[in-house]
Amino acid sequence: MLRYLMQRIGLAALVCVAVSLLAFTLLNASGDVAIAVAGEEATAAQIDAIREDLGLNRPLPVRYVEWLGQAVQGDFGDSLFFRQPVAELIAHRLPNTLTLAVMSLAVMLALSVPLGVAAALWPNTLIDRAAMLVAVMGQAMPNFWFALILIVVFSLTLGIAPPSGSATLGHFVLPAIALGYYSTPPMMRLIRQGMIEAMSSDYIRTARAKGIPTWKIVFKHALRNAVIPVVSLSAVQFGNMLGGSVVIETVFGIQGLGFLAWESISRMDLPVVQAVLLIVAIFYVVMVLLADFINAWLDPRIRIQ
Amino acid sequence: MTSPELTLPAAGTPRRRGLLARAMANRVFLYGAVLLGLIFLMAVFAPWIAPYDPLKQDMLHRTVSPFWLKGADWAHPLGTDGLGRDYLSRIIHGARISLLIGIFTVICSGIIGTVMGVLAGYFGGKVDLVINFLIMTRLTLPVIMVALAVVAIFGGSLIVVVLVLGLLLWDRFAVVMRSAVMQIRNQEYIQAAQSMGYSTPKLLFKELLPNIFDRLAVIATFEMAHAILLEASLSFLGLGVQPPTPSWGLMVAEGRQYLLFDSWLILIPGAAICVLVLAINMMGDGLRDALAPENRN
Repeated sequence: MLRYLMQRIGLAALVCVAVSLLAFTLLNASGDVAIAVAGEEATAAQIDAIREDLGLNRPLPVRYVEWLGQAVQGDFGDSLFFRQPVAELIAHRLPNTLTLAVMSLAVMLALSVPLGVAAALWPNTLIDRAAMLVAVMGQAMPNFWFALILIVVFSLTLGIAPPSGSATLGHFVLPAIALGYYSTPPMMRLIRQGMIEAMSSDYIRTARAKGIPTWKIVFKHALRNAVIPVVSLSAVQFGNMLGGSVVIETVFGIQGLGFLAWESISRMDLPVVQAVLLIVAIFYVVMVLLADFINAWLDPRIRIQ
Repeated sequence: MTSPELTLPAAGTPRRRGLLARAMANRVFLYGAVLLGLIFLMAVFAPWIAPYDPLKQDMLHRTVSPFWLKGADWAHPLGTDGLGRDYLSRIIHGARISLLIGIFTVICSGIIGTVMGVLAGYFGGKVDLVINFLIMTRLTLPVIMVALAVVAIFGGSLIVVVLVLGLLLWDRFAVVMRSAVMQIRNQEYIQAAQSMGYSTPKLLFKELLPNIFDRLAVIATFEMAHAILLEASLSFLGLGVQPPTPSWGLMVAEGRQYLLFDSWLILIPGAAICVLVLAINMMGDGLRDALAPENRN
């Protein structure tokens, strides 16, 4: 078990390094940051000075190693636009994105667990069809569009939710619904599938034969087994939400990591973009690792292997 | 698409029906295919169907309401946008952008992913290890952030968007192809081909690929939908297809400033994306069910 654990962690670290290398090369090998920073009316001499100042005239591998060395110590350099340390910026924005992701996860589970269980208990009925419709719509709607419709209905027409900002928890309700609904379909299908398999298994038949009440069979016996893959998918989805929150944060003006990424990409503020990409990647890798371990811990069959 | 030879089985000898024939028998697939077919025709014949030039501005007729609202003008059934451009014409032409992006992205990512998956599944060992690492790395990259950055650097042309999405969306192809090849690699017909002295490329193309083509088709549909949604998101964020091109995602973004009074400006293009993606996903669901009816429940 310990060896498996160490292997996974080593691989995860390697993936993070690969991601950082990719992000760094991509962002630096192409456009010339100095020109972007200097603005349109800068002279060649001014651009050279900026290049010198930012250390852009040194070879790429040297800059990468230096950047990574500092990043490991939590120093991501300074933002070209905000003129403050990137680490500070991220520390300031991360809580908003985490709040959004946690609430979205809650919305996703609140939708997908009851719908998935109901669809599995009464397959091919109206209930199943309705649940499927919810899933199919969730997969087809662009999430920015769904978010705008939520704003029109609940903020502008009914006036019961704030349209943008991140001041209170109430500001996160609509964004969480938009982001959570978007990741509901795969989860719902997984739960439905797992429940149908569990309900037709031998131990459920035994439980029925023993005269255990149906609700107890569903919630104590079947759901417990169907929920194992749900836990790991939730962890992965959580990782995805951090990266995928760009659109939703932009629509609702939430000052989070995704919004920061979008702003910084538009301004070619590369130190910030690099750092955000790395942080999001690390979060994702950690969540996948966590999913693996939770899986091994929950399911003795995997643990013994 | 519906040729009678395919739907009618030969008399006497029961023939194994092709994927298309089996799929056509599936209602969900059929509806999706018809819907997608209509949108496809609309895109192909856009210049002839569209009543106006989608780029022509008419400052005297700005934000004319669509037919179901007050103040509608039947000269513009879906109204006009903030620059007086006919909305129906823009929607019709927008289908071209979405379909182009969807089709070419899937071709690009499908080739990359299939090659990687087949190599990993067939050769195993070190090749598999390396490709698995590449898949993990790809999954770790946040697609939308990377795509935004690439478009910001290289500019928002159709080709850039197709290339960046094609280079990012191959993961599912690789994962599924890898496990599919692993499943059939040791089957007798492959071994027979090996012992007959087939060269590796011939074996891969003539024996292996035709047998995993079904599964490839299913992923291709879902990834096409995925690509279309991503292009819409990129264009919505201003880092995708650039104005004045009528991209549906961009139209939603342009309609945002009229959110309060003319919300139909975002409603219509969004609904268009929704219908297109729905049609493609229905085809994918139908194909999947046709392939493995035992997995339906």
